[in-house]
Amino acid sequence: MFTRPRIIPTLLIDDRDLIKTVQFGKRTYLGDPVNAVKIFNRKGIDELSVLDIGATKNDREPDYELLKDIASEAFMPLSCGGGIRTLDQIHELLAIGYEKVVINTALVKNPGLITKAAERYGSQSVVASIDAKKCMGDYKCFVTDGTEESKWSPTELAKEAERLGVGEIIINFIDNDGMMKGYDIALVKQVADVVSVPVVAIGGAGGIKDLKKVLQEGHAHAASGGSMFVYYGRLKAVLITAPSEKELKEAGIYKS
Amino acid sequence: MIAILDYGLGNLGSISNMLKVIGEKSKITSDKNIIKTADGIILPGVGAFDAGMSRLDETGLTEIIKAEAQDGVPILGICLGMQLLGRCSEEGSLSGLSLIPFECKRFRFNDNALKIPHMGWDTVDFKKQHPILQGLAGQQRYYFVHSYHAVCDESADVLMTCDYGYEFAAAVVKDNVIGMQFHPEKSHDFGLAIFSNFVKICREYGNRGGGM
Repeated sequence: MFTRPRIIPTLLIDDRDLIKTVQFGKRTYLGDPVNAVKIFNRKGIDELSVLDIGATKNDREPDYELLKDIASEAFMPLSCGGGIRTLDQIHELLAIGYEKVVINTALVKNPGLITKAAERYGSQSVVASIDAKKCMGDYKCFVTDGTEESKWSPTELAKEAERLGVGEIIINFIDNDGMMKGYDIALVKQVADVVSVPVVAIGGAGGIKDLKKVLQEGHAHAASGGSMFVYYGRLKAVLITAPSEKELKEAGIYKS
Repeated sequence: MIAILDYGLGNLGSISNMLKVIGEKSKITSDKNIIKTADGIILPGVGAFDAGMSRLDETGLTEIIKAEAQDGVPILGICLGMQLLGRCSEEGSLSGLSLIPFECKRFRFNDNALKIPHMGWDTVDFKKQHPILQGLAGQQRYYFVHSYHAVCDESADVLMTCDYGYEFAAAVVKDNVIGMQFHPEKSHDFGLAIFSNFVKICREYGNRGGGM
């Protein structure tokens, strides 16, 4: 049988807090990340991504202690990112229970790290995260938590990431972050169609129909999101949640 | 006690966490004396074949694993740890542990829609009965992430198959040595059931006086 598409909650942390952003800006404090992971584990989610969005900006190391606490509660595939600059850091993160490291800023600023990491730990351990924003009608890639513009377009950076050796690419659309109005399907499709490694879409998921659309029309291999897994209802009450196996089957996302 | 072999590659923490949930003691180690007292051995591993094999050689684990396998100690290889149980791999040039007769080959498809690595949750078929599969009812699914897969000389050594473009060996077994391409430590209750069975196998071995 073919692999079912993965649905991946992405948790944002900064200074040990679980938070959620809107367009990489306005933040809402949600609570304790370890507790959220316990709940996701009970729900049997496909995979979990943990991104420390303050690490690079504040020149911080990954928070190993917190990441270890998170990993000890999670019997599912885990990836983590934020502030990763060296092979030693990658080694430590893989050893404490993460199968994949997510690299965004270093992809542009220190591409040699990607190649070295892929050689040592295998491509499947290295994920490139591409943060795109629309500037004057064109997509541009940003680094350092969306604060620094790079020269790359998303398709060119995706191809470069694949050439450097990553085993997966996350494409995030900053403009849709936290908006819960759907993904930018055109952007995801553009990227998914130029690389042969799996592509994870993030940025804008508001519900199951958005996940389905990006998997089918956007050609994404996996669908990720933040808000839809931490908010409930129109008023956005904080609630750690995930679509059930049954809902995803009924929606036709998982084959039964 | 189960020894989780530490040779600098692989997801050791997740495996020991899962054994803790089951209530089995484990030690993350490369110490020969500790490994010798273990009722079972888990060989984890993430990364490239040659990197894994040369680390096993450098740490002296190659000889220890071979000797323990010979003595009948239950051994479970996971992901790269499974691939290392074979003879060789297209991914590298070094010889494997040769505990189960298979070679690892890279996925090759005519269909470009299939991505490599094979990454994600997939279902499996059981090809034979084995204590490691005891009580596993209904369709089981596990988390896979790999670009190479085992091709067994003998179909009798194939424990489970999975279909990705074509059917491949998702788990292999020969005597006391078991290999799983997927990550049971990352497969929620499906994986927990596998580890519970492995722990039972190890305890039975220990009770028979092995691992002393």
